[in-house]
Amino acid sequence: MAKVQGAVTIDVDRCKGCDLCVVACPTDTLALQPKDVNDRGYHYAYMAHPEACTGCASCATVCPDGCIEVYRVVIK
Amino acid sequence: MTVEEIIKPENKVYARPELLTKNITHYCPGCGHGVVHRLVAEVIKELGIEEKTVGVAPVGCAVFAYNYIDVDWVEAAHGRAPAIATAISRLYPEDVVFTYQGDGDLAAIGTAETIHAANRGENIVIVFINNAIYGMTGGQMAPTTLLGQKTATTPYGRRADLNGFPIKISDILAQLDGTCYVTRQAVYTPGLVRKTKAALKKAFQNAMAKRGTSIVEVVSNCPSGWKMTPEKANEWLKEHMTEKYPLGDLKDVKE
Repeated sequence: MAKVQGAVTIDVDRCKGCDLCVVACPTDTLALQPKDVNDRGYHYAYMAHPEACTGCASCATVCPDGCIEVYRVVIK
Repeated sequence: MTVEEIIKPENKVYARPELLTKNITHYCPGCGHGVVHRLVAEVIKELGIEEKTVGVAPVGCAVFAYNYIDVDWVEAAHGRAPAIATAISRLYPEDVVFTYQGDGDLAAIGTAETIHAANRGENIVIVFINNAIYGMTGGQMAPTTLLGQKTATTPYGRRADLNGFPIKISDILAQLDGTCYVTRQAVYTPGLVRKTKAALKKAFQNAMAKRGTSIVEVVSNCPSGWKMTPEKANEWLKEHMTEKYPLGDLKDVKE
């Protein structure tokens, strides 16, 4: 069976740490940085469990700041 | 495969729309405005009308919308966006004109302009963000504020005997013969965001086909005004707002 693997890039400076992508992620791939902040002081989102990502783009769909870009590959 | 191997241009499935500028928005974290801005930018690009689209920005949180979407814009006085959009669409009939308004702008100060533009059936798209509060000025009661909802000017909750009832402006507009498409959507889950995008696309297609006024109401959140985290605000929206403002098409005239 073909396996789908995904990855996201997050524009760290643009992220406001609103947590909506983390809530929307069905595979618990994303999390907010527990300590690090970006230039404007927000705990930005990052891929805490990159191996779980399926590239479904739910995070990018709900992101109010358009800072997530999604990549997906099908491994046969 | 490692993350580095996956992140290659040929594997990209979702990119930031080209029509969004590089400016970082001034909206609070989690605000629905950002999502709707992105959807408008995506729809305009997909329809290929970026060179002939004119937006009319309101007064309210979206007052700086012209900084974020790379089309032509006009800034209107408070509530007067539909009147200005009327003038633009009549003077430049080949252009696609849309207004982007909040509930304080559209349902309070601009009630007359909104209703009469819709009643005349102007070929414009009205994007209406309803977050039940005046966000920009510090969370005062708006006409759309729910009964019992606490705001800066109704600290004990909105009372019907003192403050009146929440106004369902889209239902009023749906009764007018000039409107061709009136819908109420939301953007708090990925599925609803996709539905809102489809609704916006239909509205812009109606404007291109000169079918009349299209109104897309988006029931949105205001985490700062409601004094909640974005996640809690979306839960509150789902529980209370969609009860008073049920989602779905209110009017869809075919031809």
